Amino acid sequence: MCGIAGYLNFKKGLVPSKETMQAMLATIRHRGPDQFGIYLDDTAALGNARLSIIDLDHGQQPMATSDRRYWIVYNGEIFNHKELREELQSSGVAIETHCDTEVFLKLFEKEGPDCLRRLNGQFAAAIWDTREKRLFLARDRLGIRPLYYSFHGGSFVFGSEIKVLASFPGLQLSWDAVALDQIFTGWSCLAPRSPFDEIKQLRPGSYACLDESGLQEQVYWQPSFEVEDPAFRSASETDLIDALHDLLLDSVKLRLQADVPVGAYLSGGLDSSLIASLVKENARGRFDTFSIAFSDANFDESEHQQRMASLLDTEHQVIKVANEDIRDVFPEVIWHCESPILRTAPAPMFLLSRLVNRSRYKVVLTGEGADEFFAGYDIFKEAKIRAFWAKEPESQRRPKLLERIYPDLQNLARLGPKYLASFFGHGLTDTTSDSYSHNIRWTNTRRAKRFFSPELNDAIGTRTSNLASEADLPAEFKHWDILSRAQRLEISTFLSSYLLSSQGDRVGMGNSVEGRYPFLDYRVSDFCSKLPAKFRMRGLRDKYLLRKLGKEILPKDIWDRPKKPYRAPIHRSFFSSERETYVDHVLSEDSLEKCGLFNPKAVSMLTGKIKRGLPLGEIDDMALTGLISTQLLHEQYVENFKAPDPLGAKDDVLIYDSRRRALKN
Amino acid sequence: MKPIRDDIRNYIVENFLFGQDDLADDTSFLDRGILDSTGVLYLVDHIELTYSIKVENDEMLPENLDTIEAICAYIERKQAGAAQSVSE
Repeated sequence: MCGIAGYLNFKKGLVPSKETMQAMLATIRHRGPDQFGIYLDDTAALGNARLSIIDLDHGQQPMATSDRRYWIVYNGEIFNHKELREELQSSGVAIETHCDTEVFLKLFEKEGPDCLRRLNGQFAAAIWDTREKRLFLARDRLGIRPLYYSFHGGSFVFGSEIKVLASFPGLQLSWDAVALDQIFTGWSCLAPRSPFDEIKQLRPGSYACLDESGLQEQVYWQPSFEVEDPAFRSASETDLIDALHDLLLDSVKLRLQADVPVGAYLSGGLDSSLIASLVKENARGRFDTFSIAFSDANFDESEHQQRMASLLDTEHQVIKVANEDIRDVFPEVIWHCESPILRTAPAPMFLLSRLVNRSRYKVVLTGEGADEFFAGYDIFKEAKIRAFWAKEPESQRRPKLLERIYPDLQNLARLGPKYLASFFGHGLTDTTSDSYSHNIRWTNTRRAKRFFSPELNDAIGTRTSNLASEADLPAEFKHWDILSRAQRLEISTFLSSYLLSSQGDRVGMGNSVEGRYPFLDYRVSDFCSKLPAKFRMRGLRDKYLLRKLGKEILPKDIWDRPKKPYRAPIHRSFFSSERETYVDHVLSEDSLEKCGLFNPKAVSMLTGKIKRGLPLGEIDDMALTGLISTQLLHEQYVENFKAPDPLGAKDDVLIYDSRRRALKN
Repeated sequence: MKPIRDDIRNYIVENFLFGQDDLADDTSFLDRGILDSTGVLYLVDHIELTYSIKVENDEMLPENLDTIEAICAYIERKQAGAAQSVSE
């Protein structure tokens, strides 16, 4: 695992220099503190910050092909590198290291961009073709690893994180109003957009080629559902459970390859328990598991985590998170997340990876992706219920099914069918709309936009987001059933852009910890793409097939547990102190006026409501987190970007400057 | 009964519109998307606490609670001890 950085100077941009690269790489030291490498020529500068996991003694980057035509910097893992290495070797390609970087590079040399389809991994890469003067950029299928870029003053700049680009000489960030509109609707903005106007990100499952004529992007993979496969149609339930078991086991085994110990997160739910069990079956020696416990019992799942840990007999380590811990660490978390967020859930994840790091672990396996592909979220049930209700809109019985997914709906039931119909029946019969499954959620979340300043609303203008229309949905989407459509929309609007970023890559790599996701092996998503809907969700039984597999491996109280969404306290965290904190500062009229994105009067009404102890709704909490995170980012990235000290004498930096043809430290 | 009207308006504007005071007495909260589902329950709590009345389940209807006007009329009826469920 690593971080990458670089820039190209085609026209009147910045001449490639060691100093600029040392400053850029210093911003992502956390991603790869072990070693740094820089390549320079007349046009290109490439850099890498390395966290050594495989082939610790080799694998130094940037790495070149033997003829020095191609140079690669790369962040991530190719899990099937052994298989690909053997194949390359048997076709006569010489491979010198045990490192996956070399496999990627040599496979690219042989097959070009088509090689991406053969990689099973999580990565972002840049390969510089010195002969054609062409840069190739690529991201893994699901966008597990990030890659940003910007055109600035005749230079093309790229990097693993926005802070790499923000440290580029002269590059000043400003807010993208439409991105903010998207974030305050669906929790994150969608690639190629980033929260900042000057910066774009490569879409998941795509690559780009850049030369003097410009940037050409190409999608090489997209998540799909309802792919016809006779073998799946004729398979029995037992066949499918066995096939899934084999697949997940192999996926876990591939992800256990590392020259350092591998641990696992335990949330207390089905997905992470399943992964941890499969790890236990295959791990040699000590196996550590890690969990978050909350002081606030409403959020805590310790009991289930402890139960799994003792069942698997792991060395179990817990970070206990109090409300004020979330507040105190939040600014640092936001520095890493680089996006406004509407939930505080990333903060405990950051504290968890700190614990992992202090326990001298660099790699953890986690359960992310199961809910998206095997259908675990309540929003999928909501979509199914609404579509069922839409067939008989006058029915009073059908909407009552919603009580099964909204526990507080028993209270709401007091409101009677008319209210229920108006809240959950909005656009009820418009079942062919692309955004049908997510309309209620997005309409609700948009209420958080009430705090936007008139200036921000003007800047958004008529460009208010329909996220579905920006989600690159395939043509066949319209013909899928409601469950498949809901899953696909969730994957395209939430998985990479929020979950794998703010609750994944950023909060892990912020403490030099690499997350690996067995459920996001592309063979698992391919399996789900062919899996008939009734095996994903049967009636309102979520993750049907996965639970059946769980039944064979886990105790009943784990495999049969209703899903509990992972959440963390919000207003009780930010306002848990009597004394003044940064929260008072960033929400002060002065700071709000300076930033200009929010209406100070509206914000003071919200904080007044909190301070008077009045009950807060979901949207109030989301808005509060959105306000604080945006204001913090404004200070950190827009108003006063403070680049860390550049790499120095203490760092292990290897520089290859082709203009001097010399290798030096 | 202006005080009730002002109180309800203030409550909605401060807690749900955060100062954006363009609410007519007959603006439908539902049509404008002003309250979410828990918001209606908070509104009911506020009415019960402030006016010492009990909002019965069968009175929780948009007809009683969806505009400032309707709420005022409803509270006045209740206070006069003559409240009747609109649905009856």
